[in-house]
Amino acid sequence: MIEFDPYLLARAQFAANISFHILFPSITIGLGWILLFFRLRYTYTGDQHWENAYHFWVKIFALSFAIGVVSGITMSFQFGTNWPGFMERAGNIAGPLLGYEVLTAFFMEATFLGVMLFGKSRVSNRMHVIACALVAVGTTLSAFWILSLNSWMQTPTGYTMIDGVFHVESWLAVIFNPSFPYRLAHMMIASMLTATFLVMGISAWRMKRKVDGPATAKIFRAMVATAMVLAPLQVLVGDLHGLNTLEHQPAKVAAMEGIWETQRGAPLTLFGFPDEETSSTRFAIEIPRAASYILTHDLDGEILGLNEFAGEHPPVAPVFWAFRVMVGMGVLMIVVAWWAGWVLFKQRRSPGPALLTATSVMTFSGWVAVLAGWYVTEIGRQPWIVYGMLNTADLVADHSSGVMLGTFMGYIALYIFVMISYIATLRYMATKPAASLLALRQLGGYEANQQRQEA
Amino acid sequence: METWLPLFFAGAMGLALLIYVILDGYDLGIGLLLPLASDSEKDLMIASIGPFWDANETWIVLGIGILLIAFPQAHGEILTAMYIPVTLMLMGLVLRGIAFDFRAKAVSDKKDMWNLIFSVGSLITACSQGWMLGTYITGLAETGLSWLFSILIALTLPALYVLLGAAWLLIKTEGELFDKAMRWAARAILPMGVALLLVSIATPLVSQTIADKWFSYPNGLMLLPIPVLSTLTYGWMMFLLYRQHALREGREWLLFAGLIVLCLLAALGLAYSILPDIIIGQMTIWESAASTPSLLFTFWGTAIVLPAILGYTFFVYRIFRGKTSELTYE
Repeated sequence: MIEFDPYLLARAQFAANISFHILFPSITIGLGWILLFFRLRYTYTGDQHWENAYHFWVKIFALSFAIGVVSGITMSFQFGTNWPGFMERAGNIAGPLLGYEVLTAFFMEATFLGVMLFGKSRVSNRMHVIACALVAVGTTLSAFWILSLNSWMQTPTGYTMIDGVFHVESWLAVIFNPSFPYRLAHMMIASMLTATFLVMGISAWRMKRKVDGPATAKIFRAMVATAMVLAPLQVLVGDLHGLNTLEHQPAKVAAMEGIWETQRGAPLTLFGFPDEETSSTRFAIEIPRAASYILTHDLDGEILGLNEFAGEHPPVAPVFWAFRVMVGMGVLMIVVAWWAGWVLFKQRRSPGPALLTATSVMTFSGWVAVLAGWYVTEIGRQPWIVYGMLNTADLVADHSSGVMLGTFMGYIALYIFVMISYIATLRYMATKPAASLLALRQLGGYEANQQRQEA
Repeated sequence: METWLPLFFAGAMGLALLIYVILDGYDLGIGLLLPLASDSEKDLMIASIGPFWDANETWIVLGIGILLIAFPQAHGEILTAMYIPVTLMLMGLVLRGIAFDFRAKAVSDKKDMWNLIFSVGSLITACSQGWMLGTYITGLAETGLSWLFSILIALTLPALYVLLGAAWLLIKTEGELFDKAMRWAARAILPMGVALLLVSIATPLVSQTIADKWFSYPNGLMLLPIPVLSTLTYGWMMFLLYRQHALREGREWLLFAGLIVLCLLAALGLAYSILPDIIIGQMTIWESAASTPSLLFTFWGTAIVLPAILGYTFFVYRIFRGKTSELTYE
């Protein structure tokens, strides 16, 4: 029988959980604000279509939120079960940040979610809008604290070390550590884009199958407009984030770009196969000097290579590849958003089948980009758990590999089951004809509506 | 080191976990009772916890969060020792939580499957929480006796949750379901009492530390009110269920109130048994506490935010007061 390394299993298990978890908050953080937008539009215009849009999407929000919550609870326990050493050494910093997340965000979203979902007939419209707003604020505050802690692990500041334990010197320096503003902005936009493309994709799918009500076209337009602004903005924010990483974590950037030796005028590798054995990238397609230009805004700028960080740089291939997947997905998002915008707002036509197919294919593009982005930043931090200070391997819990393997399999099976159910339910909900359409059909107006849509 | 800070956080943690047991206890109890109900009753039972369960569940995150924030040295050791029951509980919570939302949105022929998953998830969660509590009380020991004890509590806690669930239904339902809840409560109260008694007898047997604390003079005498009040509360609840007229004539919340009192007394007894240790016989709350500046930083946040949380929780319970009707997003 193959012997598994418990350290690798602990990492694989944690990675599986956190990858599964992040999918759902990345939807709800953005979707919370989109739902608030629907509610506000209805409140100010009285247009029933926005209300219908809200009723359709709030169900998907509730479902995603529930999965996010339960997988998040799993996370909070796994800090202790998988990485007990982390809390013993960094507990003075990680503890309060996670605590503030629970106190200021988690309770607020969970409590007002009840009012948002089930209280509509029991409270005034105004109170209900406030509940929606508090849920959106809560999910965002959650992101604030979690990203603050994650950023501190990447760029630790504001601490002193006493006997191998972190002690806080300045909370402001801990919370607003150097990479935090960039990571927060990058992740917030990523969540908005994930939710936007989800709403846009499912709306396109419904329009293509003609099961949509009149609300769908409205929200499709609103989402296209949002994506047209956010997708290019994300490139700008991502670039700033990259420059910040270059300053604080040069080894990560060297792995992202596949730069093996320190050099001036470094080329940008578009594609290739990084090989750590030979310290080279095979079949590389390069643009001369472009990496130097992007990273230092100077064609001859010097970039530190992986050779400077022997034994202390992350595994190159996964970071290199994840980075290309993320950027590629971002470019695709811009292309689709602007294509749709050009059709809707410039040509003033209703979207054709090609565009609808393209947008519905992009439904989960946000998930791909978010996961790839997190792999870049998290694998890129290795072999450290707190950059430059604590080694991941030193903090692992001492479970037998049999136990770890068993629970790992259990989690994987559970997550596959949940994911299949989630996608199947989304599909089922997206296929159901809109309630307003059914009402029309009963009045005998359905055929007329069909003809109108075909015309 | 400020001596009061770890004590404050130990109290806050105990309070959060007590609130969790009572609040999510009734949610889990509903899950355990679900197979006994008819299809339309099932919808009503789930509707009765719909607006609350998510926030209820958050209390365990706060409890575990405080363990992590205030006692980082103990956090890792406790959770590592409970690795298997914690993992099972998490899977149970995942199943219960997703079933809640999927059952309302799925194709109707899948509803039975989600109902079953809801119940199974609740059962796994309840039993593994009992197992965790048992492991904790025995000071994370791994002997045959401690295993036996953990199994005993793993079987006891679901009984308490069933009673909490039934008591919640008395408050939230009427008519036929109300009658059923009355019968469920009446049937659950005796096994729960026996189990509670067994746990009380077994606890000092498995832990010498706890035995010394309870059976010494004059401590034993000063503590007498706890077992006496528990017995009286229990007897009173038996009486309520036997005579029924108080519960049937507008004071249906009395049984739930009795259970809160019982849980509170149990928590006080447990706190006395454990403190000042965080891991019985191994580590005190002061030895495992985080640094004072970190604790102070969290203290101010907790002192400001916790009343707000209790305030808006009360507000939401008021919005959804009264008997439950069917659940809609309208």
